[in-house]
Amino acid sequence: MCLAIPTRLIEIRPGAQAIVELGGIRKQISIALVPDAVVGDYVIVHVGHAIGQIDPEEAERTLQMFGELAQLATPTGKLH
Amino acid sequence: MKYIDEFRDGDIARKIGARLREEALPERQYSFMEFCGGHTHAISRYGIAELLPANVRMVHGPGCPVCVLPIGRIDLAIQLALERGAIVCTYGDTMRVPASDNLSLVRAKARGGDIRMVYSGADALEIARREPDREVVFFAIGFETTTPPTALTIRLAKDEGLKNFSVLCCHVLTPSAITHILESPEVRQFGTVPLDGFVGPAHVSIVIGSAPYEHFSQEYRKPVVIAGFEPLDVMQAVLMLVRQVNEGRAEVENEFTRAVSRDGNLHAQALVSEVFELRPSFEWRGLGEVPYSALKIRPAFAEFDAERRFGLGYRAVPDNKACECGAILRGVKKPTDCKIFGTVCTPENPVGSCMVSSEGACAAHYSYGRFRDIPVRVETACPVLP
Amino acid sequence: MKKDYIRPLDIKHGRIDMNHGAGGRASAQLIDELFKPAFANEWLAQGNDGAALPIPQGGKMVVATDAHVISPLFFPGGDIGSLSVHGTVNDVAMCGAKPLYLSASFILEEGFPLADLKRIVDSMAAAAREAGVPVVTGDTKVVEQGKGDGVFISTTGIGLVPMGVDVSGSNARPGDVILLSGTIGDHGVAVLSQRESLEFETTLQSDSAALHGLVAAMLDAAPGGVRVLRDPTRGGLATTLNEIAGQSKAGMLLDEAAIPVKPQVDAACELLGLDPLYVANEGKLVAICAPEAADAVLAAMRAHPRGAEAVRIGTVTEDPHRFVQMDTRFGGRRVVDWLSGEQLPRIC
Repeated sequence: MCLAIPTRLIEIRPGAQAIVELGGIRKQISIALVPDAVVGDYVIVHVGHAIGQIDPEEAERTLQMFGELAQLATPTGKLH
Repeated sequence: MKYIDEFRDGDIARKIGARLREEALPERQYSFMEFCGGHTHAISRYGIAELLPANVRMVHGPGCPVCVLPIGRIDLAIQLALERGAIVCTYGDTMRVPASDNLSLVRAKARGGDIRMVYSGADALEIARREPDREVVFFAIGFETTTPPTALTIRLAKDEGLKNFSVLCCHVLTPSAITHILESPEVRQFGTVPLDGFVGPAHVSIVIGSAPYEHFSQEYRKPVVIAGFEPLDVMQAVLMLVRQVNEGRAEVENEFTRAVSRDGNLHAQALVSEVFELRPSFEWRGLGEVPYSALKIRPAFAEFDAERRFGLGYRAVPDNKACECGAILRGVKKPTDCKIFGTVCTPENPVGSCMVSSEGACAAHYSYGRFRDIPVRVETACPVLP
Repeated sequence: MKKDYIRPLDIKHGRIDMNHGAGGRASAQLIDELFKPAFANEWLAQGNDGAALPIPQGGKMVVATDAHVISPLFFPGGDIGSLSVHGTVNDVAMCGAKPLYLSASFILEEGFPLADLKRIVDSMAAAAREAGVPVVTGDTKVVEQGKGDGVFISTTGIGLVPMGVDVSGSNARPGDVILLSGTIGDHGVAVLSQRESLEFETTLQSDSAALHGLVAAMLDAAPGGVRVLRDPTRGGLATTLNEIAGQSKAGMLLDEAAIPVKPQVDAACELLGLDPLYVANEGKLVAICAPEAADAVLAAMRAHPRGAEAVRIGTVTEDPHRFVQMDTRFGGRRVVDWLSGEQLPRIC
């Protein structure tokens, strides 16, 4: 369910609206559900509304964990 | 695209796959249900099943709000367009779902119904503002991710005093569906549901938080790992589930920490409570009546409730007898176990809920995986490109 | 087999719906069960975008026709006028023919502004001049207000196939190389960005362009080496490849990492839940070549302005089930199936 995508908040507009950017595309969406979001935050957009935010530290931590996993794994990681 | 591409790295995926092969105990079978249609889609689209060890099986759950939307509800939307002359605004997902009398929203549109596809409830509001002489109804479907935007839409309609706008509310709840699966008839038959754990939904959890799943792990002793939507998230979550099973743990773990907290989005939750309340029971296609599993609009917002506004009476419509969707949604049968899969029932002519949306177990398997069912091996005459 | 339709068309009670216009299975069924049986002839049965017809003096003439009903009429990088010229010039070119002349018929809605009509016609004229293919005859009709979308344009093109050229959707053989002339999804996304309720800002332009020059360069570079040509318009690359697989009774294996997609197209598709493989293109072509000719054809494409980003994307395979399969960037393999109807933005 729930196609939702992380996008970068680049401008806040009146009426709890904002412009977000993803890969060069810009779209106007509602930020009424994430009232604390500020320009520069990454918000997750679903059906034209931001429903949550990305925590950059947690994102880094998750990626690092994948990376460590990559180190630990045996080199013969072949597809069977 | 930041926070997207990094989580789709194929090399890391293979390494997690190798890790899984090391840690999955060879003498044991693991069955995990990914509840969420988005995860089903990711697993199919990225071919994740191929990267998992043979004894780890993913079972596709009922987390597809289009798939579980009963025919009777779509009939109501069609009725509003064809018989009551309303402009019916709907998400693209529901347009092709077959309903009664050989109709669907697309076909009702062909018969003159004013049915318009929208990306968001805000678009439906805009249509209502622009056409004050017409009734505008927003066909609101979805799990908890989609519910706050609908709540916002209704609140805005009230604040603006719109006189021609209402919502046909078909929002459903995730925890109830999971409970229903865990208490299904097969439980009595087998003593337990043949599932070892759940991959918890990504975006529903952004809204509701990880706390609501603690009930399942405690009550039913099944581990839950909430996973992000990208393929690396899913693979990592499967690894975490295998570890929990091996260690005899049954906890709620969060792989999607970059977006999900224990409490979730309190602001969104408050808005939802303000506008909606629980229905005592609601019909889920393929699962039957499920108690306290869906929402309706509160009396304070009655004028925006299409069911009250138009005096709509719900008529349940049974599914085709040959349809195995109920068992497939509960994870006890596979699409290929259904006699009509791929022959009578295809994405063009979906008979049951699992084929109806591209997220459904049968649709996903048909579109992405069915070539593996066919015994003939495909040989290339030339070596594959480097 | 893939192309069997589970239920036949309901001629008595059925109606046309939007799926029939999307270029996928529903469209194919309409043609197979309604149009083909009625008109019944060997050229129609071939199922190519144009018909290659023998002329009494020898050689072959191609005729192709296309209707344009696009909305909005004006979009970044083009309009219904330039599109109608490019579309038909390309259909003729995809049969291996040199396009010579066009005819154009207009169905105009009562109330349509003359200023807009002039803009469209001027755009058509410019496109025709640039392509070197004149519009030599035409027709105009007017329908009452409410019975049209402003303007519908239908263009028909004729061309001549040079001696020795045999290009058809049924020519692909196992081992053949599949080439693509450039990025996919540009046109569809550029048009979607203008659609109400989906509006988003993008610098993307439609890739609408005439491809006959590129085709001529490719045919020259490898006489007899180009077996199939097709432009992936509505329904996208995936639909076109499935069509060819069906006609040629073969399968295909693609390499996802090789298929070029602009970042903005990727982003827009992520946002709306679309797959670029199914999004329309109006200035790209797919070519299937004999393996020994592939390098020469690719070089010729890259040397031409309309093929500068051309790449190999896969091979034709032996497959009685005619599946188009793809090795994903992620390391798995999936089927790239036919769409049943229109690809719609989704929330799920």
